[in-house]
Amino acid sequence: MARTPDGPPPPPTVQKLRLRYTKRGPLRFASHRDLARALERALRRAQVPMAFSAGFSPHPKISYMGAAPTGAASEAEYFEIGLSARCDPEQVRAALDASLPPGIDVLECVEAVEGSGSLADRLNATRWRIDLPGVDADELSAAVQTFLAQEVVLVAKRTKNGTKDVDAREAVVSAAVAVEAGCAILLVVVRQLTPTVRPDDVMAALAAVADLHPPLPARAVREAQGRLDDSGDVADPLGPDRVASSRCQGEPAQV
Amino acid sequence: MTADLRASAGDSLYPRLEPLLAQVQKPIQYVGGELNAQVKPWDDVAVHWALMYPDAYEVGLPNQGLMILYEVLNERPDALAERTYAVWPDLAGLMREHGVTQFTVDAHRPVREFDLLGVSFATELGYTNLLEALDLAGVPLHAVDRDESHPVVVAGGHAAFNPEPVSDFVDCAVLGDGEQVVGDITDVVAAWKDQGRPGGRVELLARLSRVDGVYVPRFYAVSYAADGTIAEVRRTRDDVPARVGKRTVMDLDEWPYPKQPLVPLAESVHERMSVEIFRGCTRGCRFCQAGMITRPVRERTITGIGSMVDAGLKATGYEEVGLLSLSSADHSEIGQLAKELADRYEGTNTGLSLPSTRVDAFNVTLANELSRNGRRSGLTFAPEGGSERIRRVINKTVSKEDLVRTVTTAYANGWRQVKLYFMCGLPTETDEDVLEIAELAVEVIRAGREASGSKDIRCTVSIGGFVPKPHTPFQWAAQASAETIDHRLRILREAINADRRIGRSIGLRYHDGKPGVIEGLLSRGDRRVGRVIERVWRDGGHFDGWSEHFSFQRWTTAAAEELATFGLDLDWYTTRERTEHEVLPWDHLDSGLDKEWLWDDWQDAISEDEVGDCRWTGCYDCGVCPTMGTDIQIGPTGRSLLPLTPVSR
Repeated sequence: MARTPDGPPPPPTVQKLRLRYTKRGPLRFASHRDLARALERALRRAQVPMAFSAGFSPHPKISYMGAAPTGAASEAEYFEIGLSARCDPEQVRAALDASLPPGIDVLECVEAVEGSGSLADRLNATRWRIDLPGVDADELSAAVQTFLAQEVVLVAKRTKNGTKDVDAREAVVSAAVAVEAGCAILLVVVRQLTPTVRPDDVMAALAAVADLHPPLPARAVREAQGRLDDSGDVADPLGPDRVASSRCQGEPAQV
Repeated sequence: MTADLRASAGDSLYPRLEPLLAQVQKPIQYVGGELNAQVKPWDDVAVHWALMYPDAYEVGLPNQGLMILYEVLNERPDALAERTYAVWPDLAGLMREHGVTQFTVDAHRPVREFDLLGVSFATELGYTNLLEALDLAGVPLHAVDRDESHPVVVAGGHAAFNPEPVSDFVDCAVLGDGEQVVGDITDVVAAWKDQGRPGGRVELLARLSRVDGVYVPRFYAVSYAADGTIAEVRRTRDDVPARVGKRTVMDLDEWPYPKQPLVPLAESVHERMSVEIFRGCTRGCRFCQAGMITRPVRERTITGIGSMVDAGLKATGYEEVGLLSLSSADHSEIGQLAKELADRYEGTNTGLSLPSTRVDAFNVTLANELSRNGRRSGLTFAPEGGSERIRRVINKTVSKEDLVRTVTTAYANGWRQVKLYFMCGLPTETDEDVLEIAELAVEVIRAGREASGSKDIRCTVSIGGFVPKPHTPFQWAAQASAETIDHRLRILREAINADRRIGRSIGLRYHDGKPGVIEGLLSRGDRRVGRVIERVWRDGGHFDGWSEHFSFQRWTTAAAEELATFGLDLDWYTTRERTEHEVLPWDHLDSGLDKEWLWDDWQDAISEDEVGDCRWTGCYDCGVCPTMGTDIQIGPTGRSLLPLTPVSR
């Protein structure tokens, strides 16, 4: 028989908040586990009234989704928290932002509206900006054209169970080249499949099809994350919640 | 070289480091920016300290000593302190390839440009990492090869009570508590720089040698007798002290550090904040160097602890607080402290914990109280010796009945996991002493199953090889050989597994005896051992505290070849028992303990005689208080903790 702790169960979740935050500057080297630890501690410092799971090891109710890889910066990371008391989303955003180290900046916080679907379902694509210092823009364009012309581009990817070949081409929705301050930039929209195709997999694919080998490490930034819309762009994943909350004007959400 | 291109001192290496970080494991450990980290402008201060913990970031960051000094120094308007840690081989290789030198994680400034490099040695196994860091920093390995542009390398921490093995590589060693002495050192360096560096590096070191607690090895000459033992340690200048005494901070409430504990993004070995509830220990466990060199006991008051816990939790967001000391249940107000802290954090999911405690039923009550609001993981006791006889030898007396009763009480109170710490290879130990650990564990499980009515309980036996340490009654003892340790661990394992029905509830955690032998060489070594350390580092040795990097072969080869020059070998330093009047390498360094008292206590150990605790049974003349001008500071104060407005939830 399962043992249960003495005492009353923890208070239930009365409000869910969805937040967008960044991973900037040196903190791009943080892993998803590092970020989870930092966010949980910041929630405690900010005295956000978290709801906890029941049991002998109560855990705060937090869901992380779609973390950018270690080394990649991001303007669009998302997580969801469950609260035991209702709070003003903007106040939670500001308090949490103040409790986090510079570089992890909380940009948005909205109340999750019941019936509007899960946040994870709205995160199926990423728009990446990959800065490639030292790479010639024309060479990059040619490599991208070669890549886009392929049906399949297999790259070896390390997974938990050893190396696995993954089709990088299938995941790439679009790819374009720009130049900024003399630096070649690859703008690429990627579908989040399993296993995920990450910026270094895209670079490995360009190396495979066009022998493109950047002299310096590439610097990737996730500019947006969300659902792929019909035009091939990435939609704001908090949009549906924002629309619904503005309808009920900050009152407790109704189904 | 890049140094020539640099615009000014104190510039960041980060732009050149960043491309390398994309290619290494766990890059987050090198970027700094931890919560409560500080960066001060380089040119605003006179004295620049780089503080190093010579192990990986995940081990070094939580170190309390370094955190305390970091804050104490940064509070001074004329000083700044930044931190640096041992760099893993993957990054070290890239740094050498790209000419990036050892850097601080705070502002990524080159360690080479600081005035002082303070290194905290909790264990001797960090010595090779110091050499690696010096080399990566571009600082000459040998103190005599440095000029006034190089940092003064200062060793501290418990291992600094015998810095002789690293005396070629450090400029000074600091004995005892660091809070005040770092200020004195800063004053000396600031004045010397302000005066235009008169007399160069040698004059600076001479001035430092006159600071209480600072030992400058180069001003002391060691001569050896024909049998290899030390003939004499003589000072070479008459303006330095004949013996260097340790520093002792009195009134811990005046030093409530760390006030703003550092919180890393990276995972570290201690995912909690710590508050030191007292310093020093007079239980008199004869193997325990910490208990001997940190006397007397100085308690923080219950109210002082209460405000540190409160401020620390607010500053960090940690969900667990460790109440730290050498024997936390001995605090004169611990019962009240546990209850009032638990009351204060009721309903906040804040856990409170004690490090391993003595085997005492009262400690189960304490643990019950402390775990009221947090996670009830496991309880740890440290009987240290397997048999009652050996526990008398080490002066950690507890009867077998009390031990079994205490652990059974823990199971009966709902703790399902109990960990027991033991040592193996203690002086006078026989196979039978170690085999009693198995009997004990079996009895504990039998009684525990009965008391808890459950088979779902576990006992983990954690056992380490004993290493004799300087400034303890066992400093004269013969260390057990690696073969002896390994043999005893093997028969213990067999005995525990003899009855599978019980044995499956007992876990055995141990390390083989080899690293202990090297730790023994470094602990009780003299200046001649420096050549072994340097040779091992040149042969690729570092991170010796990590089994995947430690190479026993590399150490034994280096020891055999380097020590042969002196007609000595590894065994001479480890398994050889010392005689009463042998000059020990650390005799000129004064922990306050009277050498005659230590010898008598060693003789008492052999005859299995116990000694009491001066807090309760009266002074037994260990020598510390009169020599150092200190006194025991304990409560109870009669004060109590007021409830705080709890963290809302």
